Amino acid sequence: MSDNNYTPDSKLGKWFNDRLPLLTLSKHLQDYPTPKNLNYWWTFGGILTFCLMTQIVTGLILAMHYVAHADMAFESVEHIMRNVNYGWLIRYVHANGASMFFLAVYIHIFRSLYYGSYKSPREIIWILGMIIYLLMMMTAFMGYVLPWGQMSFWGATVITNLFSAIPLIGESITTWLWGGYSVGNPTLTRFFSLHYLLPFLILGLVVLHIWALHVPGNNNPIGIELKKPSKDTVPFHPYIVIKDLFALLLFLIIFAFFVFYSPNILGHADNYIEANPVVTPAHIVPEWYLLPFYAILRSVPDKLLGVIAMFAAIFVLVILPWLDTSKVRSAIFRPLYKQFYWFLVADVLILGYMGAMPAEGTYLLIARVATGYYFIHFLIILPLLGYKEKTLEVPLSIMEPVLGGSTNPSFTKSQKKNI
Amino acid sequence: MKFTKIFLFIITFFTFVSVSMAAENSKKLLNPGWSFKGYFGKFDRASLQRGYQVYTEVCAACHSMKYLNYRNLAESGGPEFTVEQAKIIASQFEVEDGPNSDGDMFTRPARLSDKFVSPYPNDEAAKAANGGAYPPDMSVLVKARKDGANYIYSLLLGYEDPPVSVSLDDGVYYNVYMSGNKIKMANPLSENIVEYIDGTASTEEQMAKDVVTFLAWAAEPHLEARHKMGFKAILYLFIITILVYFSMKKIWSRVETKV
Repeated sequence: MSDNNYTPDSKLGKWFNDRLPLLTLSKHLQDYPTPKNLNYWWTFGGILTFCLMTQIVTGLILAMHYVAHADMAFESVEHIMRNVNYGWLIRYVHANGASMFFLAVYIHIFRSLYYGSYKSPREIIWILGMIIYLLMMMTAFMGYVLPWGQMSFWGATVITNLFSAIPLIGESITTWLWGGYSVGNPTLTRFFSLHYLLPFLILGLVVLHIWALHVPGNNNPIGIELKKPSKDTVPFHPYIVIKDLFALLLFLIIFAFFVFYSPNILGHADNYIEANPVVTPAHIVPEWYLLPFYAILRSVPDKLLGVIAMFAAIFVLVILPWLDTSKVRSAIFRPLYKQFYWFLVADVLILGYMGAMPAEGTYLLIARVATGYYFIHFLIILPLLGYKEKTLEVPLSIMEPVLGGSTNPSFTKSQKKNI
Repeated sequence: MKFTKIFLFIITFFTFVSVSMAAENSKKLLNPGWSFKGYFGKFDRASLQRGYQVYTEVCAACHSMKYLNYRNLAESGGPEFTVEQAKIIASQFEVEDGPNSDGDMFTRPARLSDKFVSPYPNDEAAKAANGGAYPPDMSVLVKARKDGANYIYSLLLGYEDPPVSVSLDDGVYYNVYMSGNKIKMANPLSENIVEYIDGTASTEEQMAKDVVTFLAWAAEPHLEARHKMGFKAILYLFIITILVYFSMKKIWSRVETKV
């Protein structure tokens, strides 16, 4: 960071800053040189930070009224919905907030995939992001168990049972996870405890994620290294702050429609039935954001291999910076990759849909093909593409794109106006 | 490039459509049109009050509503009985209270602060009295079924004589909307089973509509407040978004890049 020789104007500020350089940090955050040409797909980082804070604040309030006990959890949620002042609002924001969080994180991840933001020198940012994503899934899964409805109970049973697939020690591990011989009160209380803990780990990792980002600076739509600061960059404040705020507000409007007008559309009706260990729901489905992984899990006939495939699906993402051999970052200059990228998007959507369907017949067949393609994309297509693909010419800077190199005509237009 | 995108979209779309067509095999639910749906949806007060009457005179014989209190009947956004009316309604039920200063439990008439009295002392008693089928608690029933309001409405009107091919055991009834078509609840509604206080003709459709309206409120007692707040919140967000948009344009006008 080049701006660490900042001196505050006031005497008090200088005294404080010499002892704890918070003002230097603040100055760094304001001046942080950001590429000019970031599009709206880049606003989701800010949106995600907002989502995390919303979940933490609403979660804190819910925890004040919620009772983590198998006999009282369901009733306490109804108590929040009926008797706590604006309890319905807090709970619906928290429940839908989880979905909005995942919606934003998927856009954020797919933006990174499109523009090659995971490539050198940003591998650590990417890996930290993947750990955050993994923790998010764990947190969301455990949060879904807390209302102690039918889907909570049976979802918890299915997922924790996965560990029993581990040879030799599997059964002991599941018993240890449950705190008993089936999902029960000890499971609920430990899930509550962990559901409270993990968001703060996520918060810590988010700080590291941003810190790691501020070392090389943002990637950008044309994926080239920029001189910073230069004509190609703008200071974070006020340019990016106001743009992120605008995008956040648009996001909040969608969020509000869910909360106020269809708060239960993303959940499953069965979760308003209190957990009952002797009645199994017809179809046990996880929340929508976990469906692609659920589809991968079920498409493998063997339980252990299914679990391995599911974890491998996340692991291939972690090692993605080394699987993608292309030196060119942005898909704008990679005509073949661009097509495969959209194939992957479609593939993941299909997997998600199959995850919600019963694992039989045509569904299962489609899910198997889609699972296969998912791994082929990362393990075969991406490494080969780096060698085979003929990439387009990459411009040298944002303000001076080489002729025909930039697909965004606005750069050239604004250039003319400037002259 | 364009072609690939369109192609992929079509493929994905048709996969979804063909798959969801395959999943569609249950009978389409009846929809009488609900006043509480939509952005400005509100409950029909008179219907809620009639619905309470149907619930208490018919459903409550077997179905509990353990998350509701009698005070809810007088709260705004609900049936809005007057406090006096709600007190009278509550006092018709007996609740166990205690222990008193002698250490004994005693019964007394219910108050506004009491929960709705359940018809059975526990779930097992409820099952024993209903041929082994547990009559589900009705507090959140509308949210606990897919498309709950239409589903319960349809179910109430879905009793038919079984086709010749179907043989039914004792205490099992035929209902076209129940999954598997077999239900352990006898047809609860018949014309004039309830005599409405407000003089409305108690047809089966009317009673089904009223009681489902009541159940929808019971499942979501703050629905009206939610709809009202939603309108204000989204209007506010729209206005501030427009203001921020113009601030953004102004700030970014200092550099040549468009936002």
